[in-house]
Amino acid sequence: MKIVVNVSLKNGVLDSQGKAVHHALNSIGFNNVDNVRVGKQIIFDLNENNEAKAKSDVTKMCEDLLANTVIEDYSIEIVK
Amino acid sequence: MKVTILQFPGTNCEYDTKSAFESLGATTEILWHKSDEIPTDTNLLVVAGGFSYGDYLRSGAIATFSPVMQAVIKYANGGGKVLGICNGFQVLAESGLLPGALMRNSGLHFLSKHHHLKVVDNDNTFLKELANDDVINLPIAHHDGNYFIDNKGLKELYANNQVLLKYTDKDGNISNPNGSIDSIAGVCNKEKNVFGLMPHPERAMELLLGSDDGIKMLRGFLNA
Repeated sequence: MKIVVNVSLKNGVLDSQGKAVHHALNSIGFNNVDNVRVGKQIIFDLNENNEAKAKSDVTKMCEDLLANTVIEDYSIEIVK
Repeated sequence: MKVTILQFPGTNCEYDTKSAFESLGATTEILWHKSDEIPTDTNLLVVAGGFSYGDYLRSGAIATFSPVMQAVIKYANGGGKVLGICNGFQVLAESGLLPGALMRNSGLHFLSKHHHLKVVDNDNTFLKELANDDVINLPIAHHDGNYFIDNKGLKELYANNQVLLKYTDKDGNISNPNGSIDSIAGVCNKEKNVFGLMPHPERAMELLLGSDDGIKMLRGFLNA
């Protein structure tokens, strides 16, 4: 199955890249933009048929490596 | 006195660090990250600066899973002294040996210049040759030096005298180059045997190069 992990800074942690992108969007005329957050997406194939096992494996990957939970939140999407 | 200096793919301050400690009379060894043990005669382990694994994913994140890091964690938990400089600080924070995390600089620019720092707490091996409130001048060179820790963690740092250095101007007034919480430039663990800082003491060993304030800092470990 295909796994998509989204990682972004926690609410309350200043996202300076988001802020810079926000200003840039405003400066090219998109004044209707607010609360820009920049995150990253990690996509991979997982050789696993059991969805519960996949979920628990990927959660461990996020906790141990893919996200730094001091500053980041993560979400896991299983694409079939 | 034996100083062992870790080298990952992308480390680039190991020879400066070696030269700095040798100039103070220490013997040194550069240890490749594939090693799974720390030389037994090591008195100080330094995680040198650079760009381990190209800063991929997050600065220091991949290095945390190099074979040598299990040995480093064991060494630190056994009371061994560990110093992380710049990327080394990021590695120690990522591995959980030091509290908090280093984020992208608030101004988004890579910063490479001398910066003044104030000694916040000298009751430790690293800063014992300096006095509290001393202002020193060290080079900084980083993209991800924006120190973050949550409120609870910050209170604990102060309660346990773990805040080592803050970014200031030459008069010791807070001047924050990278957005670090409370302008913090360096911290230690609660047991005070693991130290991390973003500035480079090993690049401040000669007045000719702008500052020799690093001498007193690194010498603290030699007279431990």
